Amino acid sequence: MSGLLDRLLDGDHRALARAITKIENRMPGHRELVSSLYDHTGNAEVIGITGSPGAGKSTLVDKVAEHYRSQGLTVGVIAIDPSSPFTGGAVLGDRIRMASNVGDMDVFFRSMSARGSLGGVSIATADAVKALDAFGKDRIIVETVGAGQNEIDIVKTADTVTVLVQPGSGDDVQMLKAGILEIADVFVVNKADLDGADRTVQELNEMLQLRDDDGGRSSTGHHAGHHAESAEAVALQRTEAENGWMPPIVEAVATRGEGVEEYVDALDDHRAHLEATGELEAKARARYAEEIRTLLREDTAELLTEEIAAHGGIEELVAGVTAGETDPYEIADSVLAPIADCARQQRDS
Amino acid sequence: MSAEQTQRPIRCLVAKVGLDGHDRGAHVIARAFRDAGFEVVYSGLHRSPDEVVQAAVQEDVDVLGISILSGAHNTLVPKILDGLDEYGALDDTLVIVGGIVPDKDEDELRERGVSAIFGPGASMDDTIEFVRENAPKRE
Repeated sequence: MSGLLDRLLDGDHRALARAITKIENRMPGHRELVSSLYDHTGNAEVIGITGSPGAGKSTLVDKVAEHYRSQGLTVGVIAIDPSSPFTGGAVLGDRIRMASNVGDMDVFFRSMSARGSLGGVSIATADAVKALDAFGKDRIIVETVGAGQNEIDIVKTADTVTVLVQPGSGDDVQMLKAGILEIADVFVVNKADLDGADRTVQELNEMLQLRDDDGGRSSTGHHAGHHAESAEAVALQRTEAENGWMPPIVEAVATRGEGVEEYVDALDDHRAHLEATGELEAKARARYAEEIRTLLREDTAELLTEEIAAHGGIEELVAGVTAGETDPYEIADSVLAPIADCARQQRDS
Repeated sequence: MSAEQTQRPIRCLVAKVGLDGHDRGAHVIARAFRDAGFEVVYSGLHRSPDEVVQAAVQEDVDVLGISILSGAHNTLVPKILDGLDEYGALDDTLVIVGGIVPDKDEDELRERGVSAIFGPGASMDDTIEFVRENAPKRE
């Protein structure tokens, strides 16, 4: 175990790969491993990239990695692809696009499957990022298909989130309105040489403008227009408006490397903004809070699985409900009560 | 942590190496492996031996399937095996080759560390079964 950590810190690529496997599979010893990684993290800048399938995420990642390498920076990439909900199998094809960094081990590219049923992919991703960070990567890119809450959780592990859009994707922009808009720090309109690119840029601009107006209004106290938005979203908009970050829209043709430099500049600008406003620490604190909560949820779930088994197993409990003897609420109370009592006693003593 | 949760899918790299543009076989096998519940990393076409090694090491795969139809297996496959060895990854990676390999070349490839060679007519079920049985068990 400690051998693996030492080898990882020593720059052994295979140890890094093995550590990520351990993390991804939540294998025995992964907790100790991750907790010993913490001492060595905090040096990497983490970038999240999301967008609909075919928007050009992997190609952009490839070019960005190449750009960083030309600046002498080392790069880690985690690319997440969906897995089959039926077999758990997956074809992870993001590597196909990694053509610009052939044979360069200082670009460490790792494919991960979003093992649907297992859940916890976001925490595994966050931990894998830590492994890359501890290994000494300067920049870490997390790439995922933007199609759901899971993905949003994943990109939240990043300091700077990029949403990639392609022209002619009116529906995508609709989708963005619904969810991903709030999390984007930088927009990239890829395939900007295609018809309709201007329109997509314009639509994004309008959306951002609208958001900005809303933010302004809520901070001056006119809340009347906010019937449809959650309080949280409004709060988020307000803090962003106050902090004065307006997500830039970068036009790019990733296959030809056009716009990559502007994109990297935008990432650097956002990073500088995060540091200047103290937002970087705020984000880190929020992430730690989320990690603690998620770990505790995982652990208590395990403990409860044990308790259910001790109560004769879930089938027997269900049988009680179907027979009309009890109900799920009563069962939950009776399973939980002894644990709660025990915890309270410990706390008081 | 329960046994179920630590059970991990078999990870494979399906790699096309060298100047050989025939990837139908690789696609079919990638899909079949996926349907068998494996996690399949697909390399894409025209990979150099170095790239295949890089991918196999970084992805930490249990199984490396090399698809080769160009006849250059005697040059390319040993290069990959040597590369894996350099990273200490040869011993616990199951290396299999699919494609056209004449009988006379098979023995040498096996000696160098290839575990199985699947030629035309090999059954998909047999291939999957072979991988299931021989994929390295790791702790």
